Amino acid sequence: MTVDTMKQIETEKMVINFGPSHPATHGTLRIILELDGEKVLKATPEIGYLHSGFEKLGEHLDYNQYITITDRMNYLSPLCNNVAYALSAEKLMDIEVPKRAQYIRVLMCELSRIADHLLAVGMQAVDLGAMTVFLYGFRLREDIYDLFEMATGTRLTTSYTRVGGLMRDLPEGFDKAVLQLLPNVVNVVDDIETLLNKNRIWHQRTKGVGVITKEDAISYGISGPQARASGIDWDIREKEPYSRYDDFDFDVIIGLNGDVFDRYLVRMEEIRQSIKICYQTLDKMPEGEVNIDADSGYILPPMDEVYNSIEGLIYHFENIMPNRGMEPPIGEAYVPTESPNGELGFYIVSDGTRTPYRVRTRPPSLINYSIFSKIIEGHMIADVVAILGSLNIIAGELDR
Amino acid sequence: MDRREIKSNFLTTTVESAVNWARKNSLWPMPFGTACCGVELMAVLAARSDIARFGAEAIRFSPRQSDLLIVAGRITIKMMPVLQRIYQQMPEPKWVISMGACASSGGVFDTYSVIQGIDQFIPVDIYIPGCPPRPEGILDGLIKLQKLIEKEKFSDYSLPNSS
Amino acid sequence: MFLQNLITKVTEQFSDSILDTTEFRGETVLHIKGECVLEVLEVLKSEGFHFLADLTAVDNLEMGGFERYSVVYHLLNHGNGERLVVKAYVPENNPNLPSVESLWKTADWQEREVYDLFGITFDGHPNLIRIMNPDDFKGHPLRKDYPRIGKGERKDFPIVERNIGTKIGRSES
Repeated sequence: MTVDTMKQIETEKMVINFGPSHPATHGTLRIILELDGEKVLKATPEIGYLHSGFEKLGEHLDYNQYITITDRMNYLSPLCNNVAYALSAEKLMDIEVPKRAQYIRVLMCELSRIADHLLAVGMQAVDLGAMTVFLYGFRLREDIYDLFEMATGTRLTTSYTRVGGLMRDLPEGFDKAVLQLLPNVVNVVDDIETLLNKNRIWHQRTKGVGVITKEDAISYGISGPQARASGIDWDIREKEPYSRYDDFDFDVIIGLNGDVFDRYLVRMEEIRQSIKICYQTLDKMPEGEVNIDADSGYILPPMDEVYNSIEGLIYHFENIMPNRGMEPPIGEAYVPTESPNGELGFYIVSDGTRTPYRVRTRPPSLINYSIFSKIIEGHMIADVVAILGSLNIIAGELDR
Repeated sequence: MDRREIKSNFLTTTVESAVNWARKNSLWPMPFGTACCGVELMAVLAARSDIARFGAEAIRFSPRQSDLLIVAGRITIKMMPVLQRIYQQMPEPKWVISMGACASSGGVFDTYSVIQGIDQFIPVDIYIPGCPPRPEGILDGLIKLQKLIEKEKFSDYSLPNSS
Repeated sequence: MFLQNLITKVTEQFSDSILDTTEFRGETVLHIKGECVLEVLEVLKSEGFHFLADLTAVDNLEMGGFERYSVVYHLLNHGNGERLVVKAYVPENNPNLPSVESLWKTADWQEREVYDLFGITFDGHPNLIRIMNPDDFKGHPLRKDYPRIGKGERKDFPIVERNIGTKIGRSES
């Protein structure tokens, strides 16, 4: 039934509460919907159900300790958060990390992007009734988790970066494992596209739904695949390259209509571009250290030195003792990065002590979500989950 | 029916253990996934870990249809009333799993808005450690809960006035 | 060059309101008075900085600054990829400045967040209510004088028991 025919049926206005514990909210969103029949007249999102004081906590933890907190922000792609935070801290302290570390960061970010987009598409599909896509996507996600576990020791909360480098180098055989995985990614992406791209139900549920115009996207500060689906040619990886993204060759994917279907297409195509970048990082991966010199005072010396030499032990304690540790200059820094959800950056203000004075996250989820009440107006109630899924709101990052 | 036939076709048990056996093998979880743990909970439902092997794959997002509340993720001061409401809506018998460090103790978030352990305000049966727990850990927690249920007695459920 | 010219132009136009211009690690920061933020940002927007990337605040209680609070605007120019940080200072006794919601819709939620966490109010904001904390929350947690572990909010809940009898023998296992 179209919206026009709905107009002829007179119904009373109804207010329903959606969330904060609802299967399709993937977290803790709450929306108060005003309905006329099945048509949404007004939607008022209410957020903050997962507000855990990340930014307050950042003022009490030192620069390296806070990396563990960034994991728990966007928990679909924690490595991107780690990298974004480390980049800001390094800019503040004027550190240039070795080339190998930068390449590893790119590789990890792109693997995270694949995992994030797969889950985003999978969850969106599951909300619209296509369970298979979720299962396919999650099976591959498990394989990517295995890679993360190999490199970082954990599946989800990776804390892989350090200010001035990485927790450790890639383990032996990691490149082979990645090479083994990547063809699988292509297969799964092909499978998902076969299931959805020409699926009539998928088209009807997603085409023309939740259109974000270019002007709205700029006014609402939308970034990432959501903005690119609306035709904004802005990918921070290409336009403001960080961590040597300019060494790699990839295409920026732009949509035309800005609807749910375009956002899905952009995500799927970005996975393919990420695969391309992964191959290039492995090809070009330089040898060498992954950390800057321990003498700089910013990085912990290798364990071997700590146990076997007095200098190493002194450096180690200098770094971890209270009232000691790294001494960044007074100032502030912000590095924008392209996380799977959009522009992610940490705005760090330092007062010269070992803990940051203020750590602000530019949360793409919060800013992308603010447009929701505008684009849902006039749609049917079933479109709420379609649009929510396509915006890919992560509650941890939304509320912090 | 002769004696031998009876021997091979009947099983003697108590009603209690038969009921407990049925209950423990058909837990219907209500996943209260708020944060990172929710993603690992999804992983348990997906192909590799497959919680269906333990009879708990019938995820119900309505508290009125479920008997196991899995609290996965940090609970904030804004969320706590919601959690309590959901707990109260669940019919007896019901069990609660507190999954992960944040739900059990606040975890790394010792801040103004995070509840430092949900067991201060609602009863919890099983705590699963980890930040977040691995899928194996969640399955282990589930099996531990099943063992708890196995030992339950009807008299435990005495009505408030009868005892 | 574009940025230099623009800053010179803005400094001339609003000579009374611009407090300072600083640069650190290649980021240009324009320090201005809180009350004129709408006019300055309007000019910057029309000159190409059409994207408000981020809006936040800093409490300068311990670090010092022109005033107690500064509201920080991160602007981005999609045309040439330049970024500019504008810091608008508001005093402790009257933390209030004009809302930029009329320029960018994205300021709506972010100003609400600043209001919730810092207690800075925005004139002309359509719906300035708390966004992160519950409506009955007292205080503004990101202020430096607010304790990290709060003032007992996280302990202030009723205890829910099982609503059917007590369970004996649970602990035996």
